[in-house]
Amino acid sequence: MFERLSEGFQAAFRRLKGQDRITENNVRESMADVRSALLEADVHYAVANDFCEQVVKDALGREVIKNVDPGQQMVQIVHESLVRLIGGEQAATPGVPRVSPGPTVIMMCGLQGSGKTTTCGKLAAYLKKRGRSVMLAAADLQRPAAVEQLRTVAEQVEKDMPGGSQVHFHSEPDKVAAYGQAVGAAIQVCQSAYRKAQQLGVDTLILDTAGRLHINDELMKELAGVKSAVPPHQTLLVVDAMTGQDAVNSAKSFHERLHVDGAILTKFDSDTRGGAALTVRRVTGAPILFIGVGEKLEALEEFHADRIAGRILGMGDVVSLVEKAQQEVSEADAAKMAEKMAKGQLTFDDFLEQMRSLRRMGPMKQILGMLPGVGSMLKDVTIDEKELDRIEGMVHSMTKEEREKPSIFNHSRRKRVAKGSGTKVEEVSKMVTRFETVSKLMKSMSGMGLRGRMSAMRDLQAGGSEMAGMPALPGFGMKKSTAMASPKSRFKKRK
Amino acid sequence: MGLFKSILSKVKQGLQRTRETVFGGLRSLLLGRRLDDALIEELEARLVQADVGVKTALRLIDGVKRAYQSGAMSTGDDVLEYLKRELKALWPAEDRSLHFAQASGDGKKSPTVILVAGVNGAGKTTSIAKIAHSLRAEGRTVLLAACDTFRAGAVRQLEIWSERLGIEVIKGQQGGDPAAVAFDACDAALARGVDVLIVDTAGRLHTQDHLMRQLTKIRDITARRIPGAPHEVLLVLDATTGQNAVRQAEEFARAIKVTGIFLSKLDGTAKGGVVIAIHEATKIPVKFIGVGETPEDVEPFDPENFIEALFTDR
Repeated sequence: MFERLSEGFQAAFRRLKGQDRITENNVRESMADVRSALLEADVHYAVANDFCEQVVKDALGREVIKNVDPGQQMVQIVHESLVRLIGGEQAATPGVPRVSPGPTVIMMCGLQGSGKTTTCGKLAAYLKKRGRSVMLAAADLQRPAAVEQLRTVAEQVEKDMPGGSQVHFHSEPDKVAAYGQAVGAAIQVCQSAYRKAQQLGVDTLILDTAGRLHINDELMKELAGVKSAVPPHQTLLVVDAMTGQDAVNSAKSFHERLHVDGAILTKFDSDTRGGAALTVRRVTGAPILFIGVGEKLEALEEFHADRIAGRILGMGDVVSLVEKAQQEVSEADAAKMAEKMAKGQLTFDDFLEQMRSLRRMGPMKQILGMLPGVGSMLKDVTIDEKELDRIEGMVHSMTKEEREKPSIFNHSRRKRVAKGSGTKVEEVSKMVTRFETVSKLMKSMSGMGLRGRMSAMRDLQAGGSEMAGMPALPGFGMKKSTAMASPKSRFKKRK
Repeated sequence: MGLFKSILSKVKQGLQRTRETVFGGLRSLLLGRRLDDALIEELEARLVQADVGVKTALRLIDGVKRAYQSGAMSTGDDVLEYLKRELKALWPAEDRSLHFAQASGDGKKSPTVILVAGVNGAGKTTSIAKIAHSLRAEGRTVLLAACDTFRAGAVRQLEIWSERLGIEVIKGQQGGDPAAVAFDACDAALARGVDVLIVDTAGRLHTQDHLMRQLTKIRDITARRIPGAPHEVLLVLDATTGQNAVRQAEEFARAIKVTGIFLSKLDGTAKGGVVIAIHEATKIPVKFIGVGETPEDVEPFDPENFIEALFTDR
């Protein structure tokens, strides 16, 4: 999502290339571009100005390192400053605190439409996965059907999300009223939710409050009331990542009234440049703990400032990618797969499984966007997830024998598969051919080092013009790296 | 414009008063002041902070700087005139009324279809309640289609509004096909002979291709059932949104040919200046602004008031 911001930075640093040292003039000149890029990315005016001023000071105070071009040096300085600005000095451990005796209370607050209720559900799923029982309390008594929405979300988390612990729901529908009316009733709802959570021995209680304008004094007082009646251990501000300059005003007001402990940025899967992240961090001083990256309940990620700063600078986000892969694929599975690949024994069933676990990691475009240098390339590319559905369909239409021995495919088999999956015979042929090519390639590559594999992949891409359209065999290029060595050791090697 | 007038006159009187004090920001900043670098910088800050976008802000400010250096401008009064002229040029006189279905040759009139879309949390459902309420106040019959079958509680949310307003809703199953709901709603609108059918859709990020295609499908379904539909396609845009709103407008315009913007949540401190950038990029007019939580809190867009408000300091 920081792709465009990255472009601005890169333009600024290109200017510095070819100059042999950092001077006040060339730094200031390149920082003017950086400032425009930050403003264009919705970083608040004052925050952007301060940031640029600080970077200029840092840069000028440094020894000029010989043999390193000033552009490179500036990238480093800007990167460090960005990490400092978004992440703060302390290495905040992301996650949710836990108090004993429980329940741990978390209060969510924010403007209307920022995504509080959805985020409550995601947070509950996050905790459930970690073995913590949760109660969701519906303290949004104003938006029509907000209580019903949270109830449904709570049920979905309880029923569909991984983890064994329980998800409870508390609501008092009789207290629901129109916006601006019955202000204060939310305080009682939160108090009774707290008592109930205590009795049930719930680990964490999440309070979903109504969206409100930061200038609505009465409603802001209500939140302060909740805060003193049921002291939450963590007050989280939910902020839409697409917010513009006004983020400064709302963040400031919420922070002044409630003392915000952390922020969650939502809708991070849009193509927003996300300057609000920098603004909120600067204004509240509170760390950004999570980002929401999709509509599904599992689409909540821990926020890592250094990675986001890396993305801003076009350096990709390999660590997040490796973490995602780890969640989906166990080391044992990966090893088994690697062995099969090395022997050239890959079947369509393996392929299907790989494609599925890759897709579970999120939309393809989002995953590829995390790779260094790929982000800006993908800007105008649309990846048709339906294409992947079609491939799955084709594999489903194959017999067991066909899946295990692709070589037996003849015209009549291809025709049957095409019919079964609602595709064309040519599509099936192309898919089978591609599968065999890649399968052979995997076998020959298994003996190569990283460098050899990379160039082999490049050859595959270069020679693949007739395979236009992205989903060649989506699983392979990426899954290979998890399969060949454990993700962690691979990443260490790269560093 | 005739629409909204009757019910709004009362609300507007109240707002007008606030405007005169609060929205005089540009005047109080500029009038009677000598122009200098500090003042120019302050202007730039206010423009950027109103989300008009760096390009627009810098273009305007460069104009002021040049005129200041050449001696053509020396006072805040000059700048005020200049800025108003420039900003008004960005909002030419244009049709900002709602489009209704025309009666056919035999005098029969099919329902007007208003399709409403936007990203998650933009305020679609509340905005629909506002439009429905105003249309009713004008004596038109209204039917709602609850095509947000995805988000938990969305259908219920629209239903609660419809109960409050006394308007019928056509709904489908949670998780069902929204295009099918649109189909049924069109048939119901024809059968009941209502004047206007308003179609609520699920919030979606403009980056989700498959969801955007789903929206195109909903649009096409209405077009197939009712000639000329949708007569109006409104994009609901949260006024707090920054420069990403331009991308939103472009993508929604591409998927469903947006005919107007409903700028929501202008009752906070956000200025919604990004609609200037949107207008430059897409030429989509802003038709309404949302200024509160009740069905009465809607106003037709007025460029002059809007421009004044851009410069207020808050």
